[in-house]
Amino acid sequence: MARAVTTRRKALNTLIAWSIGLLIFFPILWTILTSFKTEAQAINDPPLFLFFDWTLENYAVVQERSDYMRFLWNSVIIAGGSTVIGILIAVPAAWSMAFVPSKRTKDILLWMLSTKMLPAVGVLYPIYLLFIELGLLDTRVGLTIVLMLINLPIIVWMLYTYFKEIPGEILEAARMDGAALKEEILYILTPMAVPGIASTLLLNIILAWNEAFWTLNLTAAKAAPLTAFIASYSSPEGLFYAKLSAASTMAIAPILILGWFSQKQLVRGLTFGAVK
Amino acid sequence: MAFHTRALLGACAVAALCAPATAETLTIATVNNGDMIRMQGLTQDFTDKTGHTVEWVTLEENVLRQRVTQDIAAKGGQFDIMTIGMYETPIWGKQDWLVALDDLPDSYDTDDILPAMRGGLSVDGTLYAAPFYGESSMIMYRTDLMEKAGLEMPDAPTWEFVADAARKMTDKDNEIYGICLRGKAGWGENMAFLTATGNSFGTRWFDEDWKPQFDSPQWKETLTFYIDLLNEAGPPGASTNGFNENLSLFQQGKCGMWIDATVAASFVTNPDDSTVADKVGFALAPDTGLGKRGNWLWAWALAIPAGTQKEAAAKEFIEWATSKEYLDLVASKEGWANVPPGTRTSLYENPEYAKIPFAKMTLDSINSADPTNPTVDPVPYIGVQFVAIPEFAGIATQVGQEFSAALAGQQTVDEALAKAQALTAEEMEAAGY
Repeated sequence: MARAVTTRRKALNTLIAWSIGLLIFFPILWTILTSFKTEAQAINDPPLFLFFDWTLENYAVVQERSDYMRFLWNSVIIAGGSTVIGILIAVPAAWSMAFVPSKRTKDILLWMLSTKMLPAVGVLYPIYLLFIELGLLDTRVGLTIVLMLINLPIIVWMLYTYFKEIPGEILEAARMDGAALKEEILYILTPMAVPGIASTLLLNIILAWNEAFWTLNLTAAKAAPLTAFIASYSSPEGLFYAKLSAASTMAIAPILILGWFSQKQLVRGLTFGAVK
Repeated sequence: MAFHTRALLGACAVAALCAPATAETLTIATVNNGDMIRMQGLTQDFTDKTGHTVEWVTLEENVLRQRVTQDIAAKGGQFDIMTIGMYETPIWGKQDWLVALDDLPDSYDTDDILPAMRGGLSVDGTLYAAPFYGESSMIMYRTDLMEKAGLEMPDAPTWEFVADAARKMTDKDNEIYGICLRGKAGWGENMAFLTATGNSFGTRWFDEDWKPQFDSPQWKETLTFYIDLLNEAGPPGASTNGFNENLSLFQQGKCGMWIDATVAASFVTNPDDSTVADKVGFALAPDTGLGKRGNWLWAWALAIPAGTQKEAAAKEFIEWATSKEYLDLVASKEGWANVPPGTRTSLYENPEYAKIPFAKMTLDSINSADPTNPTVDPVPYIGVQFVAIPEFAGIATQVGQEFSAALAGQQTVDEALAKAQALTAEEMEAAGY
């Protein structure tokens, strides 16, 4: 009897989990389905789910009209570059906060997070003027720096949380064995925090990849990443949903594939230290 | 040695003088619509003729507006040519943010540009942006439903006729609604429609002393008429419908009439997308006999931001893209139906173009809108469906939200108008009017 209840509860949990999963995934699924419809089918009422004439026409139009590879390459460089530089800066910062905290460490951490509380548009104009002065408008270097700075508080916070889980005694032992600071961070701390660093890396690549405010405002033709590619398919006058969906699918495909293959690592990293 | 040096310098000078003008790469910010996308596909013709190449930055209308405003105000210099509308051109031209287009060659034939368009894109008689395509608004209606209702649409109907026809065409059980109109809040959405409609009812945004006029009986009549009509003969959820939502409803056969941009005519008559393509008629936007019709006037135009390093090449591009030859080029490649409409008189004198079913009605609609004299009573501003002052976009978006809320039944007409009057007065006072 007890076994039956457990099985039923298990089935119910599975059902609930799948339903929530499907609900979360549904907008992406709908975008992918719409990308294979004609513009007329895309606005059909009632909406068409699976039974329509599937077409690749939208992908052909998008491919013909836009240089997808140029946008993709810009996204890879900007998202990858900002994340790697962010990690390089954040690891020593998080180390110092986790293992040699001062009286003000907590305040500094909170202050760093508070920079995320200001709406981005509040600093748009000063940053825009700075970019003009420094010649950084529409450059990949400029965007990499901005996205790195925006995500840095999150990277530091995540790494700080992971590092806090690592017993300080291990690092102390390394130091007693003669390890210098560089070796301590590189050979002792980093290998132990690999799951945490990996999930931080992945999460920040996703955040930088999807960032649309700065990437739309600070680029024109040269450094525009995939967010600008998607934005170019929206139209206030005329049907565009199918082509926009095709462009969106092409833009999210790389990050979706990356997320799919690394989901185990991502989940492990995010739950690192959650259960002792 | 000295002789050799002089000879070398002389040769360099001659070579410099004989060399063709430097080929430039122009960066152009534009919107995503059919005509602009078509132009991008034909850009090679421009490159072949001039040697200049073009990089396109295509953005959604609202994003484009924000990006180019930000760039021109901060002198960012990211764009050599900007696609801007009739609202921005007089404001930016007056601020000296745009290069005047007063030295275009005779062959360009500036006088051929439709007078309404030229007037709306000029400041004190100087053209600051060249129209790439122009539009007005008109009635698109279902000929079969009109016939079924036992009515015949005149070429120039009154609002009374339109309201009567809408009620008779409505068959809510079969999801057929007599009239579809913009209800979504925004200065370019419901306020474009309501400002233009208001002109035909005798409303105005401001009197000659820049005092807001939402407390006038004309505004009350306009808003009451609009809300009653949509409640009785409009689709459900009309307060969230903009151009694309109404286009979708009309194409699926759910609207008896739709009053919106003339550019929609080519969409609703396209059999690939529209289920009612062969049952659509056109008429001028309605009036109430006061001498003004409820149609607007808009143009997407190409302008050069002041300070660009590539002014000469940018002018060459504008000459090419807005010339008579460009219209011929599009016609030869894609047919006359795909030629950008509403800019040149000569296009409407072309017998081939006259065969397009909505060509005449588009021209008549454009000609019946006068941005320099848009209302029944005199006003201190330019613009048919907008007021060409920098404060307008912000104010009209807020007013649009109040009117949209009234349409959704969240407040009464009187409440919406009182709030509109108060917020407009406050904003205008703060702006120093």
